[in-house]
Amino acid sequence: MTVTEDRQVGAGRLRKEDARLITGRTQWTDNITLPGMLHMAILRSPFASARITSIDVSAALDRPNVVAAFTGADVADVQGSLPCAWPVTEDIVHPDRPPLAVDAVRYHGEAVAVVVARDRSSAMDALEAIDVDYEPLTPVLDLEEALADGSPLVHPDKGTNKSYTWIFDSAAAGTGTDAAAADAEVVIERRYVQQRLIPAFMEPRSVIVDPGAGEYTIWSATQIPHILRVFYALLTGTPEHKVRVIAPDVGGGFGGKLQVTPEELITFMAARRIGRPVKYTETRSDTMLSAHHGRDMIQDVRLTARRDGTVTGISVKLIANMGAYLGLVGPGVPILGAFMYNGIYKFPAYRFECTGVFTNTVITDAYRGAGRPEATYALERAMDDLGVELGLDPIEVRRRNWIKKEEFPFTTVAGLVYDSGDYDAATAKALALLGYDKLRAEQADRRASGDPVQLGIGTSTYTEMCGLAPSRILGALRYAAGGWETAAVRVLPTGKVEVVTGTSPHGQGHETAWSQIVADELGVDFDDVEVLHGDTRSSYKGLDTYGSRSLAVGGIALVEACRKVRDKARTVAAHMLECSPDDLEFTGGAFRVRGTPDAAKTIADAAFAVFAAHDLPDGIEASLDADATFDPQTFSFPHGTHLCAVEVDTRTGRVDIRKYVAVDDVGKVINPTIVEGQVHGGVAQGIAQALHEEAVYDESGTLVTGSFVDYTPPTAADLPDIVADRTETPATTHPLGVKGVGEAGAIAATPAVVNAIVDALRPFGVRDVPMPCTPERVWRAIRAGGAS
Amino acid sequence: MSSGTAAPSQATSTSSISVTVDGSRYTDTVESRTLLVHYLRETIGKVGTVIGCDTSNCGSCTVLLGTADDPGHSVKSCSVLAVQADGANVTTVEGLAGPDGSLHAVQRAFHELHGLQCGFCTPGMIISAVDLLRDNPDPTDDEIRDGLSGNLCRCTGYQNIVRAVRAAGAELRAQVTEVRR
Repeated sequence: MTVTEDRQVGAGRLRKEDARLITGRTQWTDNITLPGMLHMAILRSPFASARITSIDVSAALDRPNVVAAFTGADVADVQGSLPCAWPVTEDIVHPDRPPLAVDAVRYHGEAVAVVVARDRSSAMDALEAIDVDYEPLTPVLDLEEALADGSPLVHPDKGTNKSYTWIFDSAAAGTGTDAAAADAEVVIERRYVQQRLIPAFMEPRSVIVDPGAGEYTIWSATQIPHILRVFYALLTGTPEHKVRVIAPDVGGGFGGKLQVTPEELITFMAARRIGRPVKYTETRSDTMLSAHHGRDMIQDVRLTARRDGTVTGISVKLIANMGAYLGLVGPGVPILGAFMYNGIYKFPAYRFECTGVFTNTVITDAYRGAGRPEATYALERAMDDLGVELGLDPIEVRRRNWIKKEEFPFTTVAGLVYDSGDYDAATAKALALLGYDKLRAEQADRRASGDPVQLGIGTSTYTEMCGLAPSRILGALRYAAGGWETAAVRVLPTGKVEVVTGTSPHGQGHETAWSQIVADELGVDFDDVEVLHGDTRSSYKGLDTYGSRSLAVGGIALVEACRKVRDKARTVAAHMLECSPDDLEFTGGAFRVRGTPDAAKTIADAAFAVFAAHDLPDGIEASLDADATFDPQTFSFPHGTHLCAVEVDTRTGRVDIRKYVAVDDVGKVINPTIVEGQVHGGVAQGIAQALHEEAVYDESGTLVTGSFVDYTPPTAADLPDIVADRTETPATTHPLGVKGVGEAGAIAATPAVVNAIVDALRPFGVRDVPMPCTPERVWRAIRAGGAS
Repeated sequence: MSSGTAAPSQATSTSSISVTVDGSRYTDTVESRTLLVHYLRETIGKVGTVIGCDTSNCGSCTVLLGTADDPGHSVKSCSVLAVQADGANVTTVEGLAGPDGSLHAVQRAFHELHGLQCGFCTPGMIISAVDLLRDNPDPTDDEIRDGLSGNLCRCTGYQNIVRAVRAAGAELRAQVTEVRR
């Protein structure tokens, strides 16, 4: 028996997950081989928009080792339509999304036919023998042209390329942006473009479907095994209890594996038709073409203010690219951002209007931050411009608008109640870590001397909404599911603890953080806790991992389950110690009789007594386990201040990040090492949007960034060390105080970097550089700036 | 992209190869087009080495290719044909630990300095780091960043990977000093 004295929560425990990952003993989906398993390959459309006039797979069937081949037409009656769980408006245009195209293709890479063979190379070879005749059509690619009269239509039967328009207007509650604009002393109007990004998780998606005897076991590289199980049942007509979904080790997601994919359904259909296990593992080229992309919005922003810097209103008009269909939560992504265009500020008036548009491109959907990075980018860029317009330091113009510590809880113009935060503290720390004043002085010197390498400082004071989500709010936003999360805790006879979580980690270290929480709550050793997840048979209930929700929602469920177990153990311990439960205190990992601390029983003692069940108190069941489901009443609101100093070589357009400071307040921290890692990775992805990455379709609708040759996530040589620090203002809305950290870096970093570049180049008349800010674009912006 | 296979089709040419992987010798008949990474994963079940792309950009499949006397250098095993490894010694992430299971200094440092999150790039990243430290036992941070620029990681921002390689370098140098005494 081990009794732990030290608090585990707050300690930078090394990760339990690492042992298998650093030795190659990991169970990625593609590592799994089943007896009799077949391999599937998918033929994809080379056209962005075309009619399929004929398709013939018979020659493929004659190829060696081929077991089956089929087309969309072959499964048209049974394949159904892939789901959109977030139809954001009542009148949303929501076209069917067949897993396999039947008579038309609507984006480059859409699946049109499959081959199933004994081995993967035979399946891929046989794709060449499939004969498809296409009648190419003019694709719709430009967002604004798609909305214009006379545009070709992605879905001609729908009569429009517009999917929906969603509006929020604070005028309904009294204060409108038009009134604010009429009285404005300063107006900042800007257009920002969120380029299309590719999540680029490192593990390509993979799925295996074992049809068993009508009882399907499915392994998938997914973030959402539980949601996937529900949709498999709904879409295939298989009774839900006959579907088991397992997300084994999953190699990253970033929202990119928050999807019910064509490939998952096609593999299911193949396995069901053939009656043998079928595996599909995509190539990276498949990932680029077919896994959903992110961002891709045009943002028209108008900020109105008084000359003292007080913002009087913000209005935002968005056009969001849905791609050719609606993804699982795609329409809702900009709506998540809708609550964030006021950021940390006390704006009194706000109008938001978003139009979702179809184009002949792969769907967009959640990518790290999902709507919130876009909102934060537009807001923080505009705040910098407001400061310049008024001759105010970018920090000062923000400070004049942000919510003060003593003003929490604060109801924002978007209707959310921020529970806690300390923007002054985070900003003060960031300024000190950067050496802000000294860098400003250096900037002035470089400007005065006409140094060809100019210095810029970018600011981003962000907040975000985490912990998706209160089910009632999701319902009000027309999201199909709830946002609760669940946990189960069982103490085994020898005192070891098994924990089941409904969240589904894919790199975040839940096994470690959950063990730390349980160790403290139950007074057991960190190593005596096993965390089970990602298998709907052992973890039968849950809503999975996205939106920085796992700890902020699932962690609370875990604490509540632990406390139920502890309460029951207290009753048992009191019986063993022949005292009243009220006489016991739980301290030092054991129940101790007040005033007689040597009289003690641990959770393990209680567990064994319960297991033996020889002498239990009346009415106590012979089990020491409990589960809990937590539905948050509100979101959590991490915040922080990120500052970035860049050097821009005005001769070449090259941007070098000289120093990057991230001060994040994610509330209480369970494991600071993991939190810092999340910040590093998030900032890297935010920098990548600012400087490196863009998914590009050419004028024919061909994805020209179809591999890592052309779509270039940053390498180690492309990124700086960052200075990551924290302030800690606990969430007040639940017992754990945590706020979520998964998306913070990606939200904060992009505007910090671009603000820095623009700041460096203001003397050249530069007000914007389109992302990614490549040397060529920076160079052109300088030349177009009109200043010397 | 083609893949190695349990059932070579009759139309393709095959060769017999003999390769030592992580200390065990394997003799197989492979298609001439079979990539080393597919041979490792699909023919002999060395699934610790993974595939992250199809253009030799990501480095997830990096292994050491050498001889019985010399562990050799890192290669992206998607860019080597299995037949080219005939007679060679291959070391994967599964073969780095000592016979008693003791971790290699680079593996240990990745764990201790949180140099991995999802862990998918980790096998290739660790092997590349091992090779880098063999070439340059005391690299600067910039040299580490340049040396690992053939390996993509999407989770960590590389910062803790650089720390880990730096720490592993120090430990390996200390081990060498110890042996020389």
